[in-house]
Amino acid sequence: MATEAAFVTLAIDVALIVVAGLCLLCGYRVVVGPTVPDRVVALDAIATNVVAIAVLFALKTGRGLFVTVSLVLAIIAFLSTVTVAKYVTEGDIITRRDEP
Amino acid sequence: MSAAEATGLAGIAVVALVVIGVFFLTVGTIGLLRLPNVYNRMHATSKPTTLGTAAIFFAGFVQFGPGGAGLTSLVGIVFLFLTVPTGAHMISRAAQKTGVPFLSGVTWPAEDSDEGGEKAAARAAEDDDAETPES
Repeated sequence: MATEAAFVTLAIDVALIVVAGLCLLCGYRVVVGPTVPDRVVALDAIATNVVAIAVLFALKTGRGLFVTVSLVLAIIAFLSTVTVAKYVTEGDIITRRDEP
Repeated sequence: MSAAEATGLAGIAVVALVVIGVFFLTVGTIGLLRLPNVYNRMHATSKPTTLGTAAIFFAGFVQFGPGGAGLTSLVGIVFLFLTVPTGAHMISRAAQKTGVPFLSGVTWPAEDSDEGGEKAAARAAEDDDAETPES
């Protein structure tokens, strides 16, 4: 089944190219976006696309290690999103309660 | 090294899931580019992007089998479904608190009830995220 494996590889290659292009289109919203939450939303979308790219690369190379890489990227994306949201809201990231 | 090991039915399933995932990612990006407001853009990106990445993760599960990297793929799906709505909700609350204007005819629900306002606002943000506001 050499042709079928070649077809799977071709489909994954096309998917990698398309998702990379989608990252560039999200970059347009990062640059242009009128408000700060716009940019944060676009960066979150880029991060999720990069997670998809890591899984597609794992599919392409057949190495399961890159699935773990995608998981770590998802964690970093979530942390950065929450951090920026808290910073935009409160002007500080680690807030200390005043009452003991 | 091109070691796409999936052949036969698994190969077809991998290709179908990857196509579904790329379709949903494309829909999310088009919505991010074309919708008029932060909240609408967030609505457009959070759900289709989650679905698309979950489909690609599931393709990874199909290829790598139920142990090792396939199990990691399932963990990734669960993690995405937990974190992406949480992040979108926090950004939407931040946008509302910093005063990003809504479209005309759209209000933040439960603005008038101060008591229990936190919970009501949280539920309202989920609702606001879940349905397209008609202007």
